Amino acid sequence: MSADKPMADERLAKVSLTKSLLQRPEVGAVVGLIAVILFFTVYADSRMFSLSGIMNFMEPAAQLGILAIAAALLMVGGEFDLSIGSMIAFAGIALGIPLVLWGWPLSLSILFAFGVAVITGAINGFIVLRSGLPSFIVTLAFLFILRGLTLVSLKEATGTTQLRGVKEAAGDSWLVEMFSGDAFEGAFTWLANMGWIDTFKNGTPKVQGIPVEIIWFVVLALAASWLLTRTRFGNWIFAAGGDPIAARNVGVPVNRVKIILFIFTAMAATLVATITVLEFGTADASRGLLKEFHAIIAAVIGGCLLTGGYGSAIGAMVGAVIFGMVQIGITYTNINLDWFQVFMGAILLIAVVLNNWVRNKAMSAH
Amino acid sequence: MSEDTRKPVIELVDIEKHFGAVIALAGVSFSVYPGECHCLLGDNGAGKSTFIKTMSGVHQPTKGKIVMDGKNMNFGSPRAGMEAGIATVYQDLAMIPLMSVTRNFWMGREPQSGFWPFKNMDFKKADEVTMSEMAKMGINLREPGQAVGTLSGGERQTVAIARAVYFGAKVLILDEPTSALGVRQTSNVLATVDKVRKSGVGVVFITHNVRHALAVGDRFTVLNRGKTLGTAKRGEITPDELQDMMAGGQEMAQLEGSLGGTV
Ligand SMILES: Nc1ncnc2c1ncn2[C@@H]1O[C@H](COP(=O)(O)OP(=O)(O)O)[C@@H](O)[C@H]1O
Ligand SMILES: [Mg+2]
Repeated sequence: MSADKPMADERLAKVSLTKSLLQRPEVGAVVGLIAVILFFTVYADSRMFSLSGIMNFMEPAAQLGILAIAAALLMVGGEFDLSIGSMIAFAGIALGIPLVLWGWPLSLSILFAFGVAVITGAINGFIVLRSGLPSFIVTLAFLFILRGLTLVSLKEATGTTQLRGVKEAAGDSWLVEMFSGDAFEGAFTWLANMGWIDTFKNGTPKVQGIPVEIIWFVVLALAASWLLTRTRFGNWIFAAGGDPIAARNVGVPVNRVKIILFIFTAMAATLVATITVLEFGTADASRGLLKEFHAIIAAVIGGCLLTGGYGSAIGAMVGAVIFGMVQIGITYTNINLDWFQVFMGAILLIAVVLNNWVRNKAMSAH
Repeated sequence: MSEDTRKPVIELVDIEKHFGAVIALAGVSFSVYPGECHCLLGDNGAGKSTFIKTMSGVHQPTKGKIVMDGKNMNFGSPRAGMEAGIATVYQDLAMIPLMSVTRNFWMGREPQSGFWPFKNMDFKKADEVTMSEMAKMGINLREPGQAVGTLSGGERQTVAIARAVYFGAKVLILDEPTSALGVRQTSNVLATVDKVRKSGVGVVFITHNVRHALAVGDRFTVLNRGKTLGTAKRGEITPDELQDMMAGGQEMAQLEGSLGGTV
């Protein structure tokens, strides 16, 4: 912001600092994150916050977070996609079948899977915009259609609900490294040699690197946040979700924005599919079950409004970390694992109430 | 004013608009000169909104012509109207409350800086221009990042008007900007209309409140059932006559008779 603003009144400037902090959509999620960390610091085994403990909960958090960030952008744009969970399974076979059964190279198979994602996302968006139906209903239909198509294709191709042999077919292409395993292994070995991180008796570090999905997750969160808050396209996303008619009246290409967001969501699901298929070496018809709801929960904890036009990518990132932390953190406590869903439901509720309160507070004061 | 020697910014001649069997406009002629405020009055259903939507490109006229700068215009879309310099501020669709004033002001025309693919929205420029344009309209924003939802109704209208003027509107159409506002805010919006007019923009001001019209209007056109009942200049018509015309003349006279002149 400029230094020579009119009306440089320091009293007003102070008020607007706290207010601009409160106006940030992710403020509730950050408070929630601190609360969850405090909770587990008190009740969980201290190993939870050791390096390997952190990697343990960051891995599922990252996989969910990749979805949640895309879901958040789409929600800010005023739409939902309930088909992302099924899309993970569908993209999984769109990668696995060409690779294993048709003998395509890994690079082409990955390209093919992302091509399928672009088409699926575009179809979702096109139907929503053309029919004028809520995206909730249209993508709910695709939740079933894509899951069903995955099952039918897998049974047709393999006779089972799983496709094996991905690792063998992929070989050791550099692409495998991009989507699975650890990154920065050299750095971690060096840290171990310096004695700065825990090692096994033979000297190899207990944590050999950062799982690649965490890298994808962080890079995607930063890129999405930049896109949403700093660019023209970001302004169009807010406008399309806030009031599509007003946005159209001033020339915002609302339909194009929404279709791009649907495509982006399907591609995020495909990224998660690629990571899991290469990690496990299989494509599975049941993969990604319920992930659409988890992603939306993380986005809402992160401050996204269900009505669109408001939210944040960093918030969704924090929401996903909270999700992973609670899910894995419980295993470090004496609490029965079955409580996980109760906790998540309660956190969702608290987050929504808190976000609502903060927003009303920020919006009402003149 | 000597409108007669100047050229109108826009002139609409014998505009008809049919929706199937419904004849919403049955031959309306209307013009706007630069720097004037031309009020369009009429009861609900008279065809005011249909008329300005035809002027701005939302509807295409069934018959009649639209002339700007001596050229026949044919707006296929609101976008085409906007590009020709016709800006419309709708009463409730003007602003997105959860977005900041700056984001609303620049919506659809965001300034950019940097190089592809790392082009940023140029918030420095956007914030500066927003603050100074709003100050010109008499509103000192606390900060450009303030959400529009925290502004009053009149201030929101002003953001929309300031935006239209900044982006080079030649004709500014305001569809009932004061009908939902209180007294204080109404006078603020009327003051803004006055500023805009003085900057040389032609204003079309729609209202069914005669007092609001008389406060800022240079000319007054009354629509009734899709037809003009006539156009009058400021000073050539009394508030009572204007009120009468709006109510369809005759009916008002009858009503006045039966109520003993209290209306
Ligand atoms: N899209 C439309 N289709 C059919 N009839 C319409 C349409 N728009 C307006 N009308 C009709 O045209 C007439 C004038 O309406 P309108 O221009 O909205 O009046 P005003 O703005 O003066 O209240 C009304 O009878 C209305 O029902
Ligand atoms: Mg109307």
